Amino acid sequence: MSFMPGQPVSTVVQRIEIHKLRDGDNLILGFSIGGGIDQDPSQNLFSEDKTDKGIYVTRVSKGGPAEVAGLRMGDRIMQVNGWDMTMVTHDQARKKLTKKNEDVVRLLVTRKTLEDAVRQSMMQH
Amino acid sequence: MDTESTYSGYSYYSGRSRGSHRHGEHSRDRHKSRSKESSRSEKSVTINASPAEPLLGEQSVRGEEVQDDNWGETTTAVTGTSEHSLSQEDIVRISKDLDDSVGLDCKRYLNVALSVILGLVVLLTPLAFLILPHLLWPDRLRACGTACEGLFISVAFKLLILLLAVWALFFRPPRAGLPRIFVFRALLATLVLLFVLSYWLFYGIRILDSQDEDYQGIVQYAVSLVDALLFIHYLAIVLLELRQLQPFFSLCVTRSTDGATQHYNLGQLSIQRAAVVILENYYKDFPVHNPAMLTASKSRTAKHLAGLKVYNVDGPGGNNAAAGIAQSQSRAMIAAAARRRDSSHNELYYEEAEHQRRVRKRRARLVVAVEEAFTHICRMQEEEQKKASGDVMDPREAAQAIFPSMARALQKYLRTTRQQHLHSMESIQQHLAFCITNNMTPKAFLESYLTTGPTLQYGKDRWLARQWTLISEASVTSGLKDGTIFLLKCIDFSLVVTTKKIPYIQLAEEFIDPKSHKFVLRLQSETSV
Repeated sequence: MSFMPGQPVSTVVQRIEIHKLRDGDNLILGFSIGGGIDQDPSQNLFSEDKTDKGIYVTRVSKGGPAEVAGLRMGDRIMQVNGWDMTMVTHDQARKKLTKKNEDVVRLLVTRKTLEDAVRQSMMQH
Repeated sequence: MDTESTYSGYSYYSGRSRGSHRHGEHSRDRHKSRSKESSRSEKSVTINASPAEPLLGEQSVRGEEVQDDNWGETTTAVTGTSEHSLSQEDIVRISKDLDDSVGLDCKRYLNVALSVILGLVVLLTPLAFLILPHLLWPDRLRACGTACEGLFISVAFKLLILLLAVWALFFRPPRAGLPRIFVFRALLATLVLLFVLSYWLFYGIRILDSQDEDYQGIVQYAVSLVDALLFIHYLAIVLLELRQLQPFFSLCVTRSTDGATQHYNLGQLSIQRAAVVILENYYKDFPVHNPAMLTASKSRTAKHLAGLKVYNVDGPGGNNAAAGIAQSQSRAMIAAAARRRDSSHNELYYEEAEHQRRVRKRRARLVVAVEEAFTHICRMQEEEQKKASGDVMDPREAAQAIFPSMARALQKYLRTTRQQHLHSMESIQQHLAFCITNNMTPKAFLESYLTTGPTLQYGKDRWLARQWTLISEASVTSGLKDGTIFLLKCIDFSLVVTTKKIPYIQLAEEFIDPKSHKFVLRLQSETSV
């Protein structure tokens, strides 16, 4: 997924639905995010383009709801429950994911292998 | 280049038979300054005057310990042309010196006479302009009013300033003798002469012939002459002194025997003037030429081709084949030498390592010996001097007292570093006395022996090369250009000089607002959700 400033980002996404796990008073999703427009993109390990300021999944805890739902490390989150995640700060992203009154978050994530898979399947036809 | 030590006036002579005779300079009393020259002879590049000297001088220049005791007395007369374009070998050149040294003096006297005459003419002309009307037609002359008398004062002071300025610029002892005339000086002299002549012409025709009564006009005319002379003097300063100050060329000077290289930045000079500047700096910048250091490489090169003999198997061919045989012989030798397994690099490496070790060992012994010797001496205080106990020594005796304890170590060290011919025992003792007098430490005393200094440091008899030849393809009075190459040859070695132009520097400006220095932290946080 290449990023051209000013152009809409078009990429192949996967829908992932994560049911939050109740742990005492907290609702946890079981993964960690990194990135954001206020962060330093050159230190992002998972992005292809080191100027990419999107929100990336940096860690997925084993057996947690995120892993069960199919989230993988290195995914870029494009949307959370309809909220855009391509141009948000780190804190805004965290807030959108940890809303207390939501039990389910529906993410649109993208990764490189998705696009390759789509292209391969298109080539077969 | 500092402005004080720049060119003196009247020492640039033409080449012996080639140049013209025009060297008008504003100089006087050459005889008076002649005695000054002998004391300054260490700075000027001269050769000995008397005709019998050059042969003997050549030998002493070659570096043997010739009795040069009367060196101080024989160099009072400055013969001058000690830099000249090379056209023949050394011996022939020296013998030419023998013939020409007599003719040269006549030329110099002629130059001196011309310049004195020009100077007198120039300085007396305004006075003549003022006095002649009073002598020739005093009765018809209108009386000189106040303004006119004020002009007398102005003439007097301007003449005084002109006199002082001419003395400052032109009355300096010569630094060097150049092969060709100094073009700017000759041009200036011509200009002055023409100028004064034209003034005299005008004066003669319009004032003397018509016997003009307006004395004020005549005085003003004389004042204008003095003004114009002052401006010509300003022109002289700009052309002779100021123009070469701004660095324009960078000259790279390499000594041919051991490759010692220095760089100098000079302005726009002619080749001969640049050569003089380089030679003056040579004596202070280049380490002293030591022929003993070159013998090792010579023996190595001799070994390279030794042991190869060429045999002509096919027998002598015809005459036209002889050249072909010689060529093929040399080619065969080169090929054989290249193929041969040469282990001389090995020898060189170990020899040099061994030499280094030996030098360091001797140096350590020397340093210890000298330090110990210096502890035997201590300076006596003022009060103690009054109670003069016996055995009180002056510096020379003190030096002689402690010298024996370090003499052997010093001798061995000098021999190992092949410097022993540069220092005589007398000079070492003198240096020791000098160091003791000036409270120098042993390390300061040793410095002149541990490192090879520039030629200036050693005694005057060590200045082996004081007669230089300028070899140049371009004319030596032409200016330096980018890529000019010339040689300064003396008997033992030569200095190769190449010129490069200093590039034009285009400097651009960038303004940084002091408030524009701002910084942010680089964040990379990871939050778990």
